[in-house]
Amino acid sequence: MQNHMRLEFLSKSQNEAFARVVVASFASQLDPTIEELADVKTAVSEAVTNAIIHGYEDMIGTVIIECTIQDNEIEIIVIDHGKGIENVEEARQPLYTSKPELERSGMGFTVMETFMDEVEVESQKGAGTKIRMVKRFESR
Amino acid sequence: MRLSFESINKNLVIKLDGELDHHTAEEIRDEIDREIDHYGAKNIIFDLSGMNFMDSSGIGVVIGRYKKVSKLGGEVAVVNINHRIERIFKMSGLFNIVKRFDNKKQAIDSL
Repeated sequence: MQNHMRLEFLSKSQNEAFARVVVASFASQLDPTIEELADVKTAVSEAVTNAIIHGYEDMIGTVIIECTIQDNEIEIIVIDHGKGIENVEEARQPLYTSKPELERSGMGFTVMETFMDEVEVESQKGAGTKIRMVKRFESR
Repeated sequence: MRLSFESINKNLVIKLDGELDHHTAEEIRDEIDREIDHYGAKNIIFDLSGMNFMDSSGIGVVIGRYKKVSKLGGEVAVVNINHRIERIFKMSGLFNIVKRFDNKKQAIDSL
């Protein structure tokens, strides 16, 4: 099976729930287990939250999600055109946060890496961030 | 996300119903802190029986409340945690600072 969708929304925190539900709904055509679907929801929530609070900070911008289904896997790409991450390797470290004052735990990337099969981060300072994640559904 | 509070002795039971993400974390943080002050609670017990989603934003909420009550010698416990949320707790080492009980009664008897 091959399928594709693209979703675009404002970087408002209300849209975090919206985004993860839409992606989970799209992924459900692969007939995942409840557990696998929850993994996807959680990872999308982390990526979108990063775009909103770190990419755009106090500004409102556009977050784009592109999903592609190929055979038994889904590729999810979350894009922002915000300020970018200066040091991606450092940002991916467990417990690293640039915003401890906001009670951020620094576990966002760790959660994505735990729940997804692949996570890649591309970022350019001043241009934005692109997170590409892949989940393979083993249940089929 | 809906919150309900129940004060039992020096323990404040906080029941969280719904989904805990960055958006709802911002909404509930201050309300929880106000209720802790209002009841003069020493310990807090999070009842997660009605929580059907949590991402890493929830970790920050728990650590923040731990910092608040531990200053005055209080403790934080969770009850009725499901295995998904338990995974996120384990991943982030939260069980090093948060006690875990099967139910409210056990928590109240032990804290």
